Amino acid sequence: MNDPQTTLSVLDSLNTLAGGLFLLTAFGIVTTRQAKATLTLFITQSLLLAASAFLLGLRHGSWHLYGVALVNVIAKPVLIPWILRRTVHEEVYTRREIDQVLNIPMSLLIALALAILAYFLTVPLQRAVAVEFRGSNVPIGFAGLFLGAYTLAVRREAVPLLIGLLAMENGAFFAGISLARTLPLLVELAIATDGLIIVFITAVLIRAVHQHIGTTEVGSLAQLKEQVAEEAPEEAVR
Amino acid sequence: MSQRILFNLLQVLVVLVFAPLVAGVLNRLKEIVQSKRGPSVFQPYRDLWKLFHKDEVVSEESSWIFRVTPYIAFVTPIFVTLLIPVLTSYPLFFAFMADMVGGGFVLALGGFFKALAAVDTANPYGPMGASRTRMVGFLAEPVFIIVFFTVAFVADSTIPYIVQKRWMSPPANFLEPSHVLLMAAFVMLILAEAGRIPVDSPSGHFELAMIDESKALEYSGKSAALMKWGGQMKLFVLLCIFLNVLVTPWGLAEKLVLGEVLLAIPLVLFKILIFVLVLVVIESSLAKLRLFRISEFLGSAFITSVAAMIMRLFAL
Repeated sequence: MNDPQTTLSVLDSLNTLAGGLFLLTAFGIVTTRQAKATLTLFITQSLLLAASAFLLGLRHGSWHLYGVALVNVIAKPVLIPWILRRTVHEEVYTRREIDQVLNIPMSLLIALALAILAYFLTVPLQRAVAVEFRGSNVPIGFAGLFLGAYTLAVRREAVPLLIGLLAMENGAFFAGISLARTLPLLVELAIATDGLIIVFITAVLIRAVHQHIGTTEVGSLAQLKEQVAEEAPEEAVR
Repeated sequence: MSQRILFNLLQVLVVLVFAPLVAGVLNRLKEIVQSKRGPSVFQPYRDLWKLFHKDEVVSEESSWIFRVTPYIAFVTPIFVTLLIPVLTSYPLFFAFMADMVGGGFVLALGGFFKALAAVDTANPYGPMGASRTRMVGFLAEPVFIIVFFTVAFVADSTIPYIVQKRWMSPPANFLEPSHVLLMAAFVMLILAEAGRIPVDSPSGHFELAMIDESKALEYSGKSAALMKWGGQMKLFVLLCIFLNVLVTPWGLAEKLVLGEVLLAIPLVLFKILIFVLVLVVIESSLAKLRLFRISEFLGSAFITSVAAMIMRLFAL
């Protein structure tokens, strides 16, 4: 095991493994019914992102990537759930999402197609960059980005939607850490703060929506006005 | 040559003898987790002994399928045992006959006859269980195919003896994501195929909720014993395929020596014991799924196996 080549290949394997699990959590975020479970999956995903950044840092001896890992460990698994808990009503957490836009097996198949699409999109990209930047991070990051976007399209609860948005950001980062190894820590910190502010604003919004309407089911927000049912019964029947 | 035949038969003997023990240990551990004492780990042997000494009742309305099925259910796992590495990491005498896909086909043949026999007697619960098993079966089929396909993709072979070596040389291959994801997908498949808890409850006695068990309700005496033993051997064989081929060849005999092969028996049983502990944790911490949620469970197994394949593409 002291052979540097072996160590490198083990590090690469571990990094790809983190990537594989990252992909699985992205699939999980698309389909898990409970808001709380979705949040847990997101935390796992962020920790895997941090692990990948740490392993890449170890692999290439880059201090910046350790910084990325540290920021990820602090901001996403700790601060974001904390903000959500402080601002969003507890009832939102325990909600189950009974109907998504598509049923779950269908949704999973589309998500799979997106993941495969991510691979075919990154093949030409991979060809364009230098050899040391190639690896599994870019296609997995793209897949994470697409799956996050797909989550935004297919889910109907406010908190999972927010998590879909954050998962997109995770995906972009996952691709980014393998491309920009000497990313200044300042940029990383700025992005992390940005993420926190997004969470804060959306959480306040969710709270307001919940107070006004009593639900956070975004899917039924088309009928935002409560009077619609009395004023136009034919609309309600439809 | 004669030694290879001998070891091959020894392999069959090990599966025959230890399959009920694995079932017994699994039951006992589950009871202990539920803070009960539970029956002795040797209870499955006593059950089989008792059933072999009982009279048998066969419905006059049933056809030859009903009478032949117990023998098929008993023989198919033995057949697969001849093909796969149970104790040795080198191919034995009969191993040339089929690869992993062939082994899967032979196991499926037993399931096919069991389903037919369940319909044969026109017992109201039999056809219900048979159709449910078929439902689980056809949902599990694509996962099986993708798992075999990915194994062939990664290891360039579907022959178990070549596949198992792939994960260990070099050692970094063990951590390869496609390998880890394949293992996860195959665990879910074992749960579905062997009728374990998130899919089916093996210790339930409520006929309307049964999936796997209701197919054997009509059998008595020796046939019931054969069906039961066959089911236990099927679980044992699936565990051997999983642990020896898909996880690692650790603990298997390397040389064509009797001593090493005998030493492999406790090592393999130890590996199985560790996996049984994992099974107990899964079974005790999950509830049985509603029938129409099984498609979601196997859907996630499918996703995991396809993710394994995609990861292989990504890493190329």
